[in-house]
Amino acid sequence: MASITFEGNSYRCDEGQSVLDVLLAQGVAAPHSCRSGSCQSCMMRVETGELPASSQAGIKETLRVQGYFLPCICRPGDDLTIARPDTDTMRLEATVSHVTALSDHVVCVGLSSQTPISYRPGQFINIFKDDATARSYSLASVPDMDGELRLHVRRFANGQVSTWIHDALRPGDRVRLSPPAGDCFYLPGQPEQPLLLIGTGTGLAPLYGIVRDALAQGHRGPIQLYHGSREPAGLYLVERLQDLAQRYANFRYFPCLSGSEVPDGFLPGRALDLALSHAPELSGWRIYLCGNPDMVKLARKRAFLAGASMREIHSDAFTHQAA
Amino acid sequence: MSNNLFDQIGGEPAVNVAVDIFYRKVLSDDRISHFFDDVDMERQAAKQKAFLTMALGGPNNYSGADMRRGHAHLVARGLNDSHFDAVMENLAATLQELNVPPELIAQAAAICEGTRNDVLGK
Repeated sequence: MASITFEGNSYRCDEGQSVLDVLLAQGVAAPHSCRSGSCQSCMMRVETGELPASSQAGIKETLRVQGYFLPCICRPGDDLTIARPDTDTMRLEATVSHVTALSDHVVCVGLSSQTPISYRPGQFINIFKDDATARSYSLASVPDMDGELRLHVRRFANGQVSTWIHDALRPGDRVRLSPPAGDCFYLPGQPEQPLLLIGTGTGLAPLYGIVRDALAQGHRGPIQLYHGSREPAGLYLVERLQDLAQRYANFRYFPCLSGSEVPDGFLPGRALDLALSHAPELSGWRIYLCGNPDMVKLARKRAFLAGASMREIHSDAFTHQAA
Repeated sequence: MSNNLFDQIGGEPAVNVAVDIFYRKVLSDDRISHFFDDVDMERQAAKQKAFLTMALGGPNNYSGADMRRGHAHLVARGLNDSHFDAVMENLAATLQELNVPPELIAQAAAICEGTRNDVLGK
């Protein structure tokens, strides 16, 4: 017999009972549908205890390594503490170390914390302007390299949080964050696998983190990054990425411009179109997509139809709305 | 018999392989792609997996009433026999591509055929 701890209460799980059975029998409003490990609508995360491997069947690897599992097919042998998958109710505190311009419209915000915040480059945090107002930003930093969290924030004319970050946030200010979440990050274990990363606007942030993370972890397969914008002013970190491409033979960087003005060194066209014209057959590739939601949606479909496996296509878990 | 089919095909790992192939086929099929072109591809793929698991005689708890409820919004959008036939065709083509023997494909088709009236709300 195992015990299940959930939201502060402990329940007895008898031999053969699933975690979902236990929660529902106790009147917990746990989401569920197929009850056979297929639909994944009941997915939760384990905080302590050993999961039976079968309870993670079919779950994307990036979520599996974070302890996500399916309560409806989980018959635990060990005591478990489990949580709902969202982390919105939890808060961390950090200090602004700098707000640095990356382009006319984009700043990099550095955040440091006394207690180290564990994350993977490409995950996102929510930053709270006040109790009711938060926005999600992806992490462009790499823990061992940068020593602080870094976000790329684009100014939106009516964006409550982005204008606050651009105009009011100063070094030394304290801000509240949600713990890093999301499954858009690099996974070691297949160092030869080709990686394709496509981003528009500040969708570059997670990709910048993922690329540097992959290179630092010794990824040997080709890594191709396409960053797209309409105007040249919409691209940033261009020189930094060109330098990186000089240093690593397996990394290629393609700054793409879909507008009429295309200076030397930039590719004319949309990032997604260019990426797929260079790599029309994507079976065996791992794909990362970030930025404009319409681009991400279209890219998921086109990458999938070009042969990429659904499980190998990763994108931001949230949409970059006007923030 | 049904569990036998699921095991003979290769169980859950085989379904995982089949999902990508099947979903790619239906998304590329102009007759039915609009029913499958979900904003959330992950969620849609999970539904395809549940469907294939059922079609291959695997563990599932879908009742006829679930089938009716789950497809009512599609019936309202015009889902009819021709679309059902197209899905059956894509299922058979997927299993052929995976070298599933014809007699097992016929078993899977029979399981699906049994849901036709519920799916179409007849």
